Parts: sequence; C-alpha cells; structure tokens
Amino acid sequence: MATNYEDRARSGGGGGYDNDDDQDRRPMGGGRGGGRRMHRRRVCRFCIDKVDLIDFKDVRLLQNYLPERGKILPRRISGNCATHQRMLAEAIKRARNIALLPYTTD
Amino acid sequence: MDNKRQYEVVFIVDPTADDEVSKLTENFTQIVTDQGGVVTKAETMGKRQLAYEILHHKDGTFVLLEIEGSGREIAELERRMRVNDRVLRYITVRVDEDRRRAEKLKERRTRKAAKRPEHGSRQRRPTMDFAEAAGE
Repeated sequence: MATNYEDRARSGGGGGYDNDDDQDRRPMGGGRGGGRRMHRRRVCRFCIDKVDLIDFKDVRLLQNYLPERGKILPRRISGNCATHQRMLAEAIKRARNIALLPYTTD
Repeated sequence: MDNKRQYEVVFIVDPTADDEVSKLTENFTQIVTDQGGVVTKAETMGKRQLAYEILHHKDGTFVLLEIEGSGREIAELERRMRVNDRVLRYITVRVDEDRRRAEKLKERRTRKAAKRPEHGSRQRRPTMDFAEAAGE
C-alpha cells in the first residue's frame, strides 16, 4: 500500500513530486481534473480501517507516509481525509521530536 | 475522576547508562506519586536507533510512562528530566481528550451498526420483488 504511493511519487520523474503533478495536469487539458489521474480511486485508509486515534509511537504505520526525503506525504497523493491527515501529521511531528522518525534524510 | 488528566511521557535514556533505566523509571515514578499523580503504566520500549543524533548519541533506550493526575506532577517530572544528563530527550502528550473523542466516535459507530439491520430488512424487499419478477 505504502510502496504504491511512493511509486506514484517517484514515477513523476526526477524532481519533487508536487511540481511534476502540476505539469502533468496542465497540458492534458481544458477541463479541471481531466485525464487518467481521475480514475484512481482515492480513499482514506484510516477511514476504511476505522481508526480514531493515531499513535505517535507506531513507527511502522507512520513510516508509510514518509517518502525517502522524510517529508510528510501530501493528502493529494495518499488520499487521506482531512481529519485523518491532520491526526497523522500531528503524530509524525511528535515522533520526529523524540527521534523515532527523521526530520530530513539526505 | 473527570478532571483527572492522562498523559503519555516518553523519554530516551543514554544507552551507555542502560543499567540505570529501571532506577530512573522508579525515581520518576516516585516523583509523580509524591506530587499526587498515579503512574498507570511504566514500560521500557527497549533500545533502538535514533532517527538522528542527539548529543552525539546514535541510539537510546525508550521508556514510556502513562500518568494520571492534575498536571502538576508533569511540571515537576519535566523539570527533573531536563536537569538529568541521562535523559536525552522527553516528550509529554496529553491523551485523555483524544481518547475520549475516539471513544465517542466508536460508540456512535456501534450505535449506527445496531440500527443497520433495520436498513437491511428494508433493502431486502426489492430483491424479493426482483425474485418474483424473475419467477413470472
């Protein structure tokens, strides 16, 4: 599941995934959100699993949302809902604070 | 009971002082109880690699404390941890509000799930109609 997201980020090409995303979308066309990107069903994994709390000590889980660079995976790629993305971000930041997760990797 | 707060405190102990971990934990537990708090759980999460170096240490022993109290014991505990050289880092998270919220959501979900069988029976009718139609 996580590798899937990472693959998607990587397949964008060399640079940061957010730049690539925009460039892909623009030439494809007139209407908003046209193109193959629309076909991907974006679902919040936490909603499916009915998660109410995201523990900052659960490194295994949080790591899925940190691509190589160590940045928090944006919602537009993971498909998380706003509520869960907020909880996730909070948990990742806490985990970073006590050195369970990196702030950056290089 | 309602105005009792719950906290999770995680602190990292210098790995070269591994034999002191239990002593430190005991010490901190004592501080909390002295201030009128209760340590509901004390767990050593073990030695693990740090994601980045802290004071030139590459790994550390993680200890988790769950504390219930007014908040005053946290202030004292944090002060002690700040002063202690063996503690590389600590974090305190207040969890009671989030846990209560999670419980509420869960309860709401079970209530909804309890209601659902009614929905199911209502939904079954069209399929019966369909079966009849197929019979004809």
